[in-house]
Amino acid sequence: MTEIRIDRNLCNGCGQCIEACPFGAIRLDSEDRAEILDNCTFCCSCVDACPQNAIEIEADPVVKTVNLEDYSGIWVFAEHKDGQLRQVVYELLGEARKLAEDHHIPRVTAFLVGSDAKTFAPLLIGYGADRVLSVPLIAEHDGNEEAVCAAAAPIISKYHPEIILIGATAFGRSCAPRLASRLKTGLTADCTALAIDKESGLLRQTRPAFGGNLMATIICPNHRPQMATVRPHVFKPAAFDGKRQGEVLTEEISPLQHLAVRLLKTIKNPEGAINISDAEIIVTAGKGMGGAKNIPLVEELAALLGGAVGSTRPLVDAGIMPYNKQIGQTGKTVGPKIYLACGVSGAIQHLAGMSSAETIIAINNDPDAPIFSIAHYGIVADAPDTVRELIALLK
Amino acid sequence: MMKIIVCTKQVPATNEVKMDPVTNTIIREGVEAICNPFDTYAVEEALRIKEKQGAHITAISMGIPTVAPMLKEVVALGVDEAVLLTDRKFAGADTLATAYTLAKGIGKIGDFDLVICGKQATDGDTAQVGPSLAETLSIPHLTDVGEIKELNSKTIVCRRMTDDGYDELEMDLPCLITVTKEINTPRLPSILGIKKAQKYKVHKFNANICEENDIHIGLSGSPTQVVKTFIPTSAVECQFLKIKALADKLRELSNIEEEGN
Repeated sequence: MTEIRIDRNLCNGCGQCIEACPFGAIRLDSEDRAEILDNCTFCCSCVDACPQNAIEIEADPVVKTVNLEDYSGIWVFAEHKDGQLRQVVYELLGEARKLAEDHHIPRVTAFLVGSDAKTFAPLLIGYGADRVLSVPLIAEHDGNEEAVCAAAAPIISKYHPEIILIGATAFGRSCAPRLASRLKTGLTADCTALAIDKESGLLRQTRPAFGGNLMATIICPNHRPQMATVRPHVFKPAAFDGKRQGEVLTEEISPLQHLAVRLLKTIKNPEGAINISDAEIIVTAGKGMGGAKNIPLVEELAALLGGAVGSTRPLVDAGIMPYNKQIGQTGKTVGPKIYLACGVSGAIQHLAGMSSAETIIAINNDPDAPIFSIAHYGIVADAPDTVRELIALLK
Repeated sequence: MMKIIVCTKQVPATNEVKMDPVTNTIIREGVEAICNPFDTYAVEEALRIKEKQGAHITAISMGIPTVAPMLKEVVALGVDEAVLLTDRKFAGADTLATAYTLAKGIGKIGDFDLVICGKQATDGDTAQVGPSLAETLSIPHLTDVGEIKELNSKTIVCRRMTDDGYDELEMDLPCLITVTKEINTPRLPSILGIKKAQKYKVHKFNANICEENDIHIGLSGSPTQVVKTFIPTSAVECQFLKIKALADKLRELSNIEEEGN
């Protein structure tokens, strides 16, 4: 069993560990010595923070389940739907290419599971894959977590990739935990930064937690593959190079006889409506837009900019906007190039869902609104009037 | 009768999380611990199924002993039994070890038809434990469920949110779903419920539900390790613009967009 111990002779009660603990699991006891409480999760933040080196964690000896040497290369899970690759696939290929080149990793493989998989090979190679490995599925099994896991797991076990990157799309975040559990390896959710440690060669996966208030860097030292889902729009795709050469491989698997989950019907967002998870530009309405009557203004501005409409939670709770437009901790997480917040105050739960946007522009009549603390550009003015004027100026 | 398991987690009431402006750390003192908001939708959905067609509901949670009062709160709402998995040996679990431990706890509880989890917990935000638990229990799952359209003794029909809209799917029982806030509006407890819960004793399971020296629990069962935590700093200085300048900026930024593609 893992133990955490404080050397009472070394501890001088400075309290730096208490500040460093993200879980509030340390206090000073009656003799002014640090005391670890039951809600400690062994995150080790205190160990690094202690200037006295008085905190020691003794972990159980790690049981190495795999021979780490057997694993090599980076795989990118090439999610696709309706004959199109997800945008995040290009971003992951760009990042995988960079990691591979900086650290002499032998190969970037695009891993395709699905019925029309082969058609994507030239695109995947042009955007950075050295190899395309596809596992064909029958059409009814496309996008089915069970079928995709059943096809992917044996192929991953056969090829031993060191790293697998998966887009943190709705499907990716549903499928990846299932796959990682089947492979009995670690998975880091919704990463916003990746790096490879020069000494250990381990993938350092950084992700927001506590609604974006805390960033955590996570490693997976003794299990393989090292798996991560990666937030869309965080990384840039490489430029397409039609001359790149790559290998194309196909692995056949026998399809599942019975699917426990069966798709009955797909209800798509209305034609022309850009979905906020993919949008490059998002115009978001907050309470400051003055209710349902002014939503058409936000829609018009979004249409002019070629963007999607987002919403804060109060408008969804009031029934003014649908839930699938809600951005924030209890809604969707987005990372567009431009985020235009109209009458959005910037509650911490909202910021959690959009703070990774590239350029944030805020319109709010309160100069002290928290949204301005993360905005790059701002206007302190009445939101509906400003949106109306912007529409006139942009037309 | 249908047997439902609801997974719950105690989290800090995040809307009260404040940053200390001097030390730039999260102020945790006096932060109330609550039931993860998404799990309240999971509990409510189980209660609605119980009211509509009859069901026996067991709530399960893994955590420190002080999580027991949170489980009493869900009993006050109408949940039949509550189980707390609590042992120092469970501490430090990542999502894989958490799913494994929950699966062991559920195994001890017995047969079930449906497991309902919240979409994600508001502290870790991983959304991984639900699907991972389904895999560990060898049952199918659906995430982001916003509506249960049909439920009988053999199958469930759900509507789930996707990146492009919604899917309607049918799934065989036993299975697991994770739910979003779209699914319902949670109720408040009744006086009668609160009185019943006061007398209720939460079942506590320790590491004896696992094999002796089980390496799949706690820190040793966790492939992932947190090596660093830090407070993100925003070095952004907001530049305040006049409306004309803002329109130009928007034109410039969105044009760059078009050329870039």
